[in-house]
Amino acid sequence: MSAIELALGPSFFNWSAEYLHDFYARVADEAPVSRVYIGEVICGKRMPFNDKAWPQVIERLERGGKQVVLSTIALPVTKRDRNSIADLCEMDMLVEVNDVAALAKRAGKPFAVGPFFNVYNEGAAQTLIDRGMESLCPPVELPLSSLATIAKACPQITTELFAFGRLPLAVSGRCYHARAHKLHKDSCQFICDRDLDGMDVDTLDNQQFLAANGIQTLSHSVQALTMAADELRANGVGRLRLSPHSIDMVKVSEDYAAMLADRINSEELEARLRSLPLPGALANGYVGGKPGHLWAD
Amino acid sequence: MSLQMTNTPKTMELVCPAGTPAALKAAVDAGAHTVYCGFRNETNARNFPGLNFSVRELREGVRYAHQRGTNVLVAVNTFARAGDVGIWTKAVDDIAACGADAIIAADLAVLDYALKHHPQIRLHLSVQAAAATPEAINFYAETFGVQRVVLPRVMSVEEIEKLNAEIDVETEVFVFGGLCVMTEGRCSLSSYATGKSPNLTGVCSPPGDVSYDEEGDKLFARLGGFTIDGFNAGESAGYPTLCKGRFNANDETSYLFEDPVSLNAAALLPRLKKAGITALKIEGRQRGKAYISQVVKAFRQAVDVLDAGGNAEAEVSAMLSAMTEGGRETTGAYKKIWR
Repeated sequence: MSAIELALGPSFFNWSAEYLHDFYARVADEAPVSRVYIGEVICGKRMPFNDKAWPQVIERLERGGKQVVLSTIALPVTKRDRNSIADLCEMDMLVEVNDVAALAKRAGKPFAVGPFFNVYNEGAAQTLIDRGMESLCPPVELPLSSLATIAKACPQITTELFAFGRLPLAVSGRCYHARAHKLHKDSCQFICDRDLDGMDVDTLDNQQFLAANGIQTLSHSVQALTMAADELRANGVGRLRLSPHSIDMVKVSEDYAAMLADRINSEELEARLRSLPLPGALANGYVGGKPGHLWAD
Repeated sequence: MSLQMTNTPKTMELVCPAGTPAALKAAVDAGAHTVYCGFRNETNARNFPGLNFSVRELREGVRYAHQRGTNVLVAVNTFARAGDVGIWTKAVDDIAACGADAIIAADLAVLDYALKHHPQIRLHLSVQAAAATPEAINFYAETFGVQRVVLPRVMSVEEIEKLNAEIDVETEVFVFGGLCVMTEGRCSLSSYATGKSPNLTGVCSPPGDVSYDEEGDKLFARLGGFTIDGFNAGESAGYPTLCKGRFNANDETSYLFEDPVSLNAAALLPRLKKAGITALKIEGRQRGKAYISQVVKAFRQAVDVLDAGGNAEAEVSAMLSAMTEGGRETTGAYKKIWR
């Protein structure tokens, strides 16, 4: 039985170049993850600010023994968005495709497929395998039973499950950070940088519900998959994806590594995660095909 | 290879919703160049009770439409469930057997199957595929022979015009009816609250998960237990569509994502024509035949007048304002200020 790997997904948030630099330096030195996805996946307007961080981040992560994967933007619209995809796809590194535009540019070279790309079944997965897909992290709403079916039909790829972090639920042409601050996307003043984990969106009667991050809408809750390694393996899961937040992600990845190595059980992992200053309540409903906000023991 | 439809109008083609056989007849009789519909199951993105077609109804609908020179497009535009892809491929087989003019699809598995097994049928890329760049659209054209793309409702007219200069396939845009605020096919908000979503089950904010709860002098409209909007006594209570609710963010209460508005781009028809659009799509397969008939007539008049070099904006606006029941309208992302 091969070990289940851990990966750190791309950060969704508008973190400064300095913040990214510090964040990934710690990941490189201390986090027990084998793969790290990096790059701006939400808004092309942030690229001029964080672009300068990436060469050093890549170098640092590779020095720390991590496999670095370059993630492409989820909803390319502008020339800048499209150019960023073309540039990344030409690089001699593994690329995570988050839109069909990137798939077109990556023809013939191996690629990973991320959760913004709609793969819901084994037929779509096979179509992508024929074009070079080596691993798949499907959309977050896909139940584990469907992922297991895909994994069984496509043993040549690694299937990855979105295991930790606010759930990426939607993208839009409109910027909700700008709208909440009575600005427009074209003159947004980059105010999404004020919320390191997204801007809380509550209901009229103050239920915690969603979180806005520029053009992206996330869950308020934090996905926390705490299933034991044996059960994950039985469902064809080959890698868990931890999605970056401003909390101590080294600690989060250490806790998951301990669970995967059977040093702690599901209950202990849950308890350790709950002890962290999480941005929202724990949730895992999607895994069982239920509403995503639910927590099921 | 270019697969022709039954009727290729020289004007902008009006693509009209047919949620039921009665609505199909109403749309055809009102002057639709083309109608679109889906099967009565989870293979299409309007999987609501009492809507859609059986195979026999589709066959009869195609006959009725073709006799009057109207095209029929059939949507198989949800994402097939793992292990049950056969339900979706059977829908493709049935469409081919019924003699419809094109399949509207988004799932790579469905597109791949249609190309391999029914190469004689036109493929249209559903808005659920959210293809907005020349790279993505050309990929679908080159890989699956897609001949038309329904554009996501996140693009401005300027962007659509530039896009049309870089692609060889036809473009179809929504001009009237419900408005998705999030990029279509990339939204799981509904399943987060209810477990059901457009991509998974062909529904959004489903009625079975809605409740209206009176608390004090307020009425709360909820979806999956989450309060989507609240109304004072005397205020008319709207349907709790998740992305059109009132929420608290940044210390304020607002319609954060979008006001409860519907799309009306009738005023932009001349501009859309100049941008090189092939077809105009009207949303509303859940609508009754009277509504369909009036909206189709209004838009048919508008495209005919536009074709004759005139401008029917005033008349069309008057005809359509009756249809939105006093509700508010927007031109959405077609004007860049929306973003």
